Amino acid sequence: MTDQVPTLEVVDLATHFFTKAGIVKAVDGVSFSVGAGEVVGLVGESGSGKTVTGFSIVGLVDPPGKVVSGSIRLKGEDLVHANAERLREIRGNQVAMIFQDPMMTLNPVLRIDTQMIEAVRAHRELNRAAAREVARNALGQVGIPSPNERLKAYPHQLSGGMRQRVAIAIAFVNKPDLIIADEPTTALDVTIQAQIIHEAQTLCRQTGTALIWITHDLAVVAGLADRICVMYAGRIVEAGPSDDVLDRPMHPYTAGLIGSVPTHNKRGERLRQIPGMTPSLLNLPPGCAFRSRCANAQSNCQQTPDETTPFDGRRLRCHHPMTAIERQP
Amino acid sequence: MTTTADQDTEIAPTELAGQLQTPFRRFVSDFFESWVATVAFALFLVIVFGALFAPLISPQDPYDLAQVDVMESRLPPGSKSYQGYTFLLGTDGAGRDLFSAILYGLRISLSVGVVSGIIAMIIGSSVGLTAAYCGGRVEALIMRIVDLQLSFPAILIALMLLAVFGKGVDKIMIALVTVQWAYYARTVRSTAIVERQKEYVEAARCLGLSHKRVLFHHILPNCLAPLIVVVTVQTAHAIALEATLSFLGVGLPQTEPSLGLLISNGFEYMLSGRYWISFFPGIALLLTIVSINLVGDQLRDVLNPRLQR
Amino acid sequence: MTAMIETHDLSKDFVKKLDFAGKIATHLGADLHEQVVRAVDRVHLGVEKGEVVGLVGESGCGKSTLGRMVAGILAPTSGHVFFNGEDYAELSGPQARRAQLAVQMIFQDPYASLNPRHRVETIVGEAPLVHGLASKSGLADYVDDILKRVGLDPECKRRYPHQFSGGQRQRLGIARALAVKPDFLVCDEAIAALDVSIQAQVLNLFMDLREEFDLTYLFISHDLSVVEHISDRVVIMYLGRVVEVAPTEVLFEQPNHPYAAALLAEIPRLDQRKRQFKPIEGEIPSPIHPPSGCHFHPRCPHAFARCQSEVPALQKIAPGRYAACHLNDEPTPKNE
Repeated sequence: MTDQVPTLEVVDLATHFFTKAGIVKAVDGVSFSVGAGEVVGLVGESGSGKTVTGFSIVGLVDPPGKVVSGSIRLKGEDLVHANAERLREIRGNQVAMIFQDPMMTLNPVLRIDTQMIEAVRAHRELNRAAAREVARNALGQVGIPSPNERLKAYPHQLSGGMRQRVAIAIAFVNKPDLIIADEPTTALDVTIQAQIIHEAQTLCRQTGTALIWITHDLAVVAGLADRICVMYAGRIVEAGPSDDVLDRPMHPYTAGLIGSVPTHNKRGERLRQIPGMTPSLLNLPPGCAFRSRCANAQSNCQQTPDETTPFDGRRLRCHHPMTAIERQP
Repeated sequence: MTTTADQDTEIAPTELAGQLQTPFRRFVSDFFESWVATVAFALFLVIVFGALFAPLISPQDPYDLAQVDVMESRLPPGSKSYQGYTFLLGTDGAGRDLFSAILYGLRISLSVGVVSGIIAMIIGSSVGLTAAYCGGRVEALIMRIVDLQLSFPAILIALMLLAVFGKGVDKIMIALVTVQWAYYARTVRSTAIVERQKEYVEAARCLGLSHKRVLFHHILPNCLAPLIVVVTVQTAHAIALEATLSFLGVGLPQTEPSLGLLISNGFEYMLSGRYWISFFPGIALLLTIVSINLVGDQLRDVLNPRLQR
Repeated sequence: MTAMIETHDLSKDFVKKLDFAGKIATHLGADLHEQVVRAVDRVHLGVEKGEVVGLVGESGCGKSTLGRMVAGILAPTSGHVFFNGEDYAELSGPQARRAQLAVQMIFQDPYASLNPRHRVETIVGEAPLVHGLASKSGLADYVDDILKRVGLDPECKRRYPHQFSGGQRQRLGIARALAVKPDFLVCDEAIAALDVSIQAQVLNLFMDLREEFDLTYLFISHDLSVVEHISDRVVIMYLGRVVEVAPTEVLFEQPNHPYAAALLAEIPRLDQRKRQFKPIEGEIPSPIHPPSGCHFHPRCPHAFARCQSEVPALQKIAPGRYAACHLNDEPTPKNE
């Protein structure tokens, strides 16, 4: 990689939720970085903390949640201690977010053009006509046919796939440095999902925007991401180039996830499954959170494993990683 | 305890909930999070307690003419009666101890409000449930009747009914029930419609359970949340309505004074400086209604599924 | 041999009737129509005893509607559903009840499909008690037994659904269905809402139960990789119509219908890395105004004139294989 400042650098981020029932350590020591034009897949199941990580970066964590420690730097600028005004300037302009439900982005009572023009003019000095032109081009870029008609429509008149495309257009319209996409295609059909992934991929290549794609679906990031970070119970347990992580997973959880995918199992036979369930974040056992479900677990797993760098570009949090023999073919 | 050898057995959710947390216990702990609601609830309990044990607490039975002496009328708060006790809140125009009269009046106000509320709830809920489950023409007909009922001001309907039937506790109850049932019907119907479309109702049908069973055993328990909120608010309304009617002189007879009547009796004295005759019954009414409303507010927040974690 | 479940010409329309104002407007000459959505369009489907048929399609294809008609909780607009040769519509009384109980459904949403006010013992035990499958005294043991079979600890009988995780609630839904001793299970996206690792567990559970209870499944899913793993045969639907039926391995090796081919090409797969997605153009059309002729023709790379005017019939193209595509009638072989 080059020596330039990475677009996003997260170091030791911790976001805790102070609830009635106790402290939920949703994100507990997460570090990663994203370079310009790079696509990073943040993979995990429910409760892994991937969404909260994304929200923490843009400062969208509401009480009782709070970023308690760590640093988030956007092109060197500190976001954790930025004041509300600065964060407002950054959101939608340098960092944009795409949510799973496009209706979290779109206001149901406003027309598409009103919303997009508003998004443009919030960060740039343009008159309405010029802003409308920018919006129209953005819609065309995400593959929406007849953008002029679509601009005059209300969100409910569009299909789910269209709405998500509009949300993506809004995210790209101010040419942000970083886009955080939180499960944007999970609720969509396979054919639409493929289209949207394709459009996001193309746009990122064209504009040099860094992309963090949060998902639980390993297969989606396999085709899209340059690097993958696997999260479990608030920590990154494995990270590296996507091909490497998927072909040679080192953490038993990653290996278990990959192994349980139906296509990796012989048809008609029982799938290899990870036993047990995700632990409740309210009372995580001390040490490695995956210990209770891990075939490799031994007594020293009661100490939380530190992050190690087994070789260049790869990070791992495990005392007993998978060896080549243990990995299923 | 979890073991990796148990490939097939899921861990029982002992980690998920400390003690057996029924929905009720969760509800109670959520409710008392707000100190306002806790105070209001405590106040309401005090009021109910006072009303229930009125004969034991009050120094005088205001309905017993032998204990009431017109010579002691219009005495200010704190004056002593020749019978030995203090008129804590003064006396009214007929010589009744206001404190006792208020306690007895609360009895009437609360019982009329609560009983009419319960009857209206039973009638209204059944009607609303039926409308939601039947759908089609039946539902349309029922809801138009409800709409009609709700478009008339409550006071107007009550006045008309009482003009026809005359005074009396039972007549007031009938009037209050007639005025209130429609709110319950509408609330229950809208909740039931939402519940009816949920998958657990489909599952119940798939399991071959009868319509009646699905309606009362599956859907109704899930309609209780908004219903409870309406009950509290409506009870407060009923109490206020009854007080209004009594104030206007068409409600309860003079011999069974409710708070409204006490206020009405004392009205003529307001400007002459003997404020306490209207004032204290008014405060009592205010505290009752406000405490019920505050409890209802907190109930609404607690029982609102969207606000739940 | 009679198939266990068979549908003949099964259709379901959802009609949005004109309201009162609309009716008046029509009388006055306005051009308003009832909106009719043909969710399921003359579907022939057969499921033999003991097999698993995977039903695949995207949103608006009608697979959930079809599943509900097969399970007997939605009445068809036209056509018939046969269970062991008997038409649902013609059954009544105890026979109808037996058929109703024999075909059970597992729902998609583990949160909405369980009554939040009922304890587990009621959820699982109510129906067997009501239908006499278990006596009052024996009910506790009956429920315990079923809970164990789906991998849940019987100790949790007294708990409420909100105290369980998504995967456990899905198991509860399965337990509820098993409690009435069904022969046939319609699984409507039963694992879609679950985490990946829990999906594997529940899928394994389905496979185990199939062996243990000799069950037959109609497995509805949009996830082709799951369907590939568990199904013997696959049925693909598009906008209410069946477009292809084939044994699983055959379909995945060589799909016939262009939509089937596109679907298979587009599912993200772990072993396909950093490829350029070449998606099919266009959106799924609105089911209120579906395209004429073959529903897929606006998006089909091989469409020609006949596709717009004539609805292709579902034809046998090989033993056990059916497809609805005009290209199969063309003399020249299809080449990519």
